[in-house]
Amino acid sequence: MILHDLIDYPTLRLIWWVLLGVLLIGFAVTDGFDLGVGALLPFVGRTDLERRVAINSVGPTWEGNQVWLILGGGAIFAAWPPLYAVSFSGFYLAMFVVLAALILRPVGFKYRSKREEARWRNGWDWALFIGGFVPALIFGVAVGNVLQGVPFRFTEEYGIRYEGSFFGLLNPFALLCGLLSLSMLVMHGGAWLSLKASGVVALRGRRYGSLAALAAMLLFALGGLWVATLLGGYQITSPIDPAGPSAPLLKTVTREGVNWLANYRAHPWMMVAPALGFLGLAGTFLGLRAGREVSTLLLSKLANFGIISTVGLSMFPFLLPSSLDPRASLTVWDSSSSHLTLFIMLVATVIFLPIILAYTAWVYRVLWGKVDEDSVARSADSY
Amino acid sequence: MELDVVSLSRLQFALTALYHFLFVPLTIGLAILLAIMETVYVMTGRTIWKDMTRFWGTLFGINFVLGVATGLTMEFQFGMNWSYYSHYVGDIFGAPLAIEGLMAFFLEATFVGLFFFGWDRLSKLGHLVATWAVALGTNLSALWILIANGWMQNPVGAAFNPETMRMEVTDFWAVLFNPVAQAKFVHTVSAGYVTAALFVLGVSAWYLLQTRHVALARRSMTVAASFGLAASLSVVVLGDESGYLATEHQQMKLAAIEAMWETEPAPASFTAFGFPDQEARETHYAIHIPGLMGLIATRSLTTEVPGIKDLVARAEQRVREGIIAYDALQQIRALPRGAAIPAALRQSFETHGRQLGYAYLLRRYVDDPRQATPEQIARAANDTVPQVAPLFWSFRIMVGLGIFFILLTATFFYLSARHRLDHHRWLLWVAVCAIPLPWIAAEMGWIVAEFGRQPWIIEGVLPTAMAVSHLGVTEVLLTIAGFTLLYSALAVVEMGLMLKAIRKGPTITPAPAPASGRAPLSALAAE
Repeated sequence: MILHDLIDYPTLRLIWWVLLGVLLIGFAVTDGFDLGVGALLPFVGRTDLERRVAINSVGPTWEGNQVWLILGGGAIFAAWPPLYAVSFSGFYLAMFVVLAALILRPVGFKYRSKREEARWRNGWDWALFIGGFVPALIFGVAVGNVLQGVPFRFTEEYGIRYEGSFFGLLNPFALLCGLLSLSMLVMHGGAWLSLKASGVVALRGRRYGSLAALAAMLLFALGGLWVATLLGGYQITSPIDPAGPSAPLLKTVTREGVNWLANYRAHPWMMVAPALGFLGLAGTFLGLRAGREVSTLLLSKLANFGIISTVGLSMFPFLLPSSLDPRASLTVWDSSSSHLTLFIMLVATVIFLPIILAYTAWVYRVLWGKVDEDSVARSADSY
Repeated sequence: MELDVVSLSRLQFALTALYHFLFVPLTIGLAILLAIMETVYVMTGRTIWKDMTRFWGTLFGINFVLGVATGLTMEFQFGMNWSYYSHYVGDIFGAPLAIEGLMAFFLEATFVGLFFFGWDRLSKLGHLVATWAVALGTNLSALWILIANGWMQNPVGAAFNPETMRMEVTDFWAVLFNPVAQAKFVHTVSAGYVTAALFVLGVSAWYLLQTRHVALARRSMTVAASFGLAASLSVVVLGDESGYLATEHQQMKLAAIEAMWETEPAPASFTAFGFPDQEARETHYAIHIPGLMGLIATRSLTTEVPGIKDLVARAEQRVREGIIAYDALQQIRALPRGAAIPAALRQSFETHGRQLGYAYLLRRYVDDPRQATPEQIARAANDTVPQVAPLFWSFRIMVGLGIFFILLTATFFYLSARHRLDHHRWLLWVAVCAIPLPWIAAEMGWIVAEFGRQPWIIEGVLPTAMAVSHLGVTEVLLTIAGFTLLYSALAVVEMGLMLKAIRKGPTITPAPAPASGRAPLSALAAE
């Protein structure tokens, strides 16, 4: 097959780096508000009916949104196999915790209102809270660890040896990142509730969402400061062959005297990403205060976009640096799938992503409108 | 069982995969049945068919959500517990998984929300489209995951790249149109259809026994019996097709299923019953049916089916060839970067490289396969024989049940055609008791497919023992305990809700108001 030579290997790798960002941002801006609503559930809903309003505001759509996460996992596996292999096995117990929380969530949505007993419903409300809170926190903790580098190395045969521990993941910088992702998604959940819920639930969504926006602004600034001063970074010191084989051990990497701001010095336009992050956060804060609905949700999405892009751009071309053996670090130029696989996956994405976006938009349109206590209590279909 | 990471990781994968597959077949089949029922409703306008769709849809929803939840584990687990596998074959195996997300998961998950929440937001036709989209999505997801699994059984269209130390795709069409994958897809979705058909048949039979919801139960049984008969015929006939394919690609699996120790003159006989003895390499008290095996496996009277002993001898040859490939690989890796590979070396790797995986079988005994003794080589070759007895029995239970499903659905098909569904109470009881059987058959099928592939995780390419993550025993034990607790609790909850919904039964729409074709809102709210 020669068709795949239409796009050269370095370009495909770059495209897949962008698509990785698109999928993670897609997950954050869609399922992110589902997670945020879950984490807000005990705070915005005091009575059973109030909680049902919050749950039903995401009830018909969380399932489709969650596929962004599944697709993200699948795409990392397909396009960046070493990244998938190292991160999922390295963060083994943390992954299990996320998984357990994410398993509780679908079941919680579906089963919660199938019985009347208060104990049953309270139990599932806790499950939904955990299912929102824990992943929102741990995803950020994971990113925080990635920014610092993760203690892994490769054997000669590319067997993976991870030498960190579960509690080692919970270091101060990673926790800061965890709190940032948590507050970002809680803000996003609040913005969603303000648009989709009604009455006191929407009001509380606005209140907690705006607090979360403030917290996120503070944490994002603090994180930036930390990156600029204490954190350090990684830099490739050997010549880069963007079309080279996906064999990370062929390069050399230094940690001396570098930090993640290097990209911004070399390409000042990249400052747009953190700027959009702050702009989105500030805009969401103001929008939630003022009670604007649609524009606030869009600004909240912008904040997600800006913050996640900031992480990606700061680290480029690194995907997962190794603190144990820096030359084992995974980068865009040496950790991808083969040229052919990247091409095939791109074709599949170009065909299906627009179709997915089209029918998702249609489904959201069909379901447009606020959820209120009356409609939840009346409809037999509601959760 | 040894308490090592390999065994524990296998145990965890088996537990979570078999558990996941408790929900998948019902989802696959029931989605189609819902779409059929709703199509009848839209075409005839009879509200009973809408009531049916909604009632079976409620049960579908309770089941579906656990399929989704436990499916997450499956996707995460390759990376968590099988990281060398993920590195080694991610280039090929990851793509169908990602395409499954793009093509199937988004479709089913996006429209399943409309299925439940769209009844009074969509036109009749609009809702029907949503239901069919769910059905299409679930079935497409089976296609892609079975393309991935089919590749593990028959790894076509890929080659080992010494530079990256992994398998890379060379021919994507071969992966896509892998005959094993295609046969597995049809076999597996048909099994899902049978599962759903027997579920609907059994629950409806229970209503008839209690003379509750008779009109709904009768119609449901008619649909389920005809759908189930077609599906169970397909599952058995196309099961045969995958047996036929196994002769080309997985002869060892076939020989183990049949406990066929010796190569028999064609056509080989079929062992209907017996006690396979792994140590003595013979089957005690065997009852043979002459000629049948050769006929099933090769579709000819003259082609030989190789027995286990001969296959071990072939494997030994391959191990020796694998050592040559391994040696060539080490020499290629030792060359300075950018240096040309000497022609002889390249030639050696290209000739023997396909057997590289067989050299890795020696890793159990020696770190460097080149240092293996003849005795170790013989042991490695012997390791290619899977555990015969569990395969032998799982296969026979599966096939026996498959034949029973044909008889059962044919009987109810006949009764339904003669309008005598409730004439024989004992038959209705049989239908009720048969509800769990398709699950047993499906799980047996997976045991045959996956256990029968051992010691390989990818047939002939990568041994299972090499594929695991470098984890501690404690870590894996912790997650096994976690999954067991969580999954057991969810199973109890799910069964409870299913039984509650079945006991409550459907809500029947009263006769339609004369002026409007739509069901009155009060009826919707009453459900």
